Amino acid sequence: MTYEVPVAPGESANIDEGTELSAEPWPMWEVFVRAQRGLSHVHIGSLHAADAESALQNARDVYTRRGEGASLWVVRSSEIHAFDPEDISEYVEANEKVYRLATTYDIPDEVGQM
Amino acid sequence: MSPEDRFDAVVAAEDKVEPADWMPEQYRKTLIRQIAQHAHSEVIGMQPEGNWIARAPTLHRKAILMAKVQDEAGHGLYLYSAAETLGVDRDQLQELLHQGKHKYSSIFNYPTLSWADIGTIGWLVDGAAITNQVMLTRCSFGPYARAMVRICKEESFHQRQGYEILIRLCQGPAEQKAMAQDALDRWWWPSLMMFGPHDTDSTHTEQSMQWKIKRVSNDDLRQQFVDMTVPQADYLGLTIPDPDLRWNEERGHHDFGEIDWDEFWAVVKGNGPMNRDRIEHKVKAWEEGAWVREAATAHAAKKAGRTAA
Repeated sequence: MTYEVPVAPGESANIDEGTELSAEPWPMWEVFVRAQRGLSHVHIGSLHAADAESALQNARDVYTRRGEGASLWVVRSSEIHAFDPEDISEYVEANEKVYRLATTYDIPDEVGQM
Repeated sequence: MSPEDRFDAVVAAEDKVEPADWMPEQYRKTLIRQIAQHAHSEVIGMQPEGNWIARAPTLHRKAILMAKVQDEAGHGLYLYSAAETLGVDRDQLQELLHQGKHKYSSIFNYPTLSWADIGTIGWLVDGAAITNQVMLTRCSFGPYARAMVRICKEESFHQRQGYEILIRLCQGPAEQKAMAQDALDRWWWPSLMMFGPHDTDSTHTEQSMQWKIKRVSNDDLRQQFVDMTVPQADYLGLTIPDPDLRWNEERGHHDFGEIDWDEFWAVVKGNGPMNRDRIEHKVKAWEEGAWVREAATAHAAKKAGRTAA
């Protein structure tokens, strides 16, 4: 099966239709799920809801129908701040500081596991 | 490295493109259209099956069918969520569906006439969907690929419950087996049409393969589906309605007959048996739910006012 949009002979494929950016009346929320106790919450998707309470209820129905979650967080998408992917390398210097990695130190075999 | 080069490198390395990354405008638009059509298909796909919830033969089957239809709604939501990471919103996509400007999979424009259709949809329609969606878990766009992983896990339940319905019918009295055969006769060809036009007539294939939105061609996926399904039909003791269907030792695949492409295009263009009903029902459900959406907004505003005061 394919989800590509078929273009019938003689029909024009207007690829622009519905792809312009726009605003949404209900705010968007990002959903984070803790799969089980002891694990961190992990981002799983988003949804729209009028307020936090209904966002939580919708998140429960949409993302945890098979007991996937021991805990749920919802956060307004507009409250999430992130580096631009283009700029991220400027902040990630780990690759230049290999002395931070345990594997860069030579310990003789006789010493055993360290 | 220019943004274009970075994008090409990410795609070439089988890495995922994420929403905040630079991407070619045509890549973004192609994905919005495809993910929207996929989401609409899940949502409209609730109707043919919803038609049988009140008439399911047992309470157990009714509970299963409700869970399945609820999953389809969930799949639609995961997909709209993936589309929204590309900068559109779901109300806008839905509006285009209501206006008939957006399409959904043509398979949902066929009616569900008997209980055996519910089994056959699970087996063939969800089976075809899995064939495609397993491929899409390897799609280059991260949010779409991740939505597919979740969906594929749930589709397995859909296909198995459908096949189990058919096993029961085929082990039952002759009338029940005949009902199963009739359903297969009606759903076989539309299921093969789900894979889209031949590769030679497919407008999007080449670019989509290059961008790794699509990993396997329509004809290859269709062949994979036929090869997988034939032994399953044999097990049921049902006959696939294609006189040209036979194993080809040399190719290591089944040969099969030509699809009626006139029918395919007629349904795509809106002239299938159920096209009008499906959209009418969808618009009606949306309009009748308006008060719920308005009430939720009003309630949220009232509560926010209280907290502020």
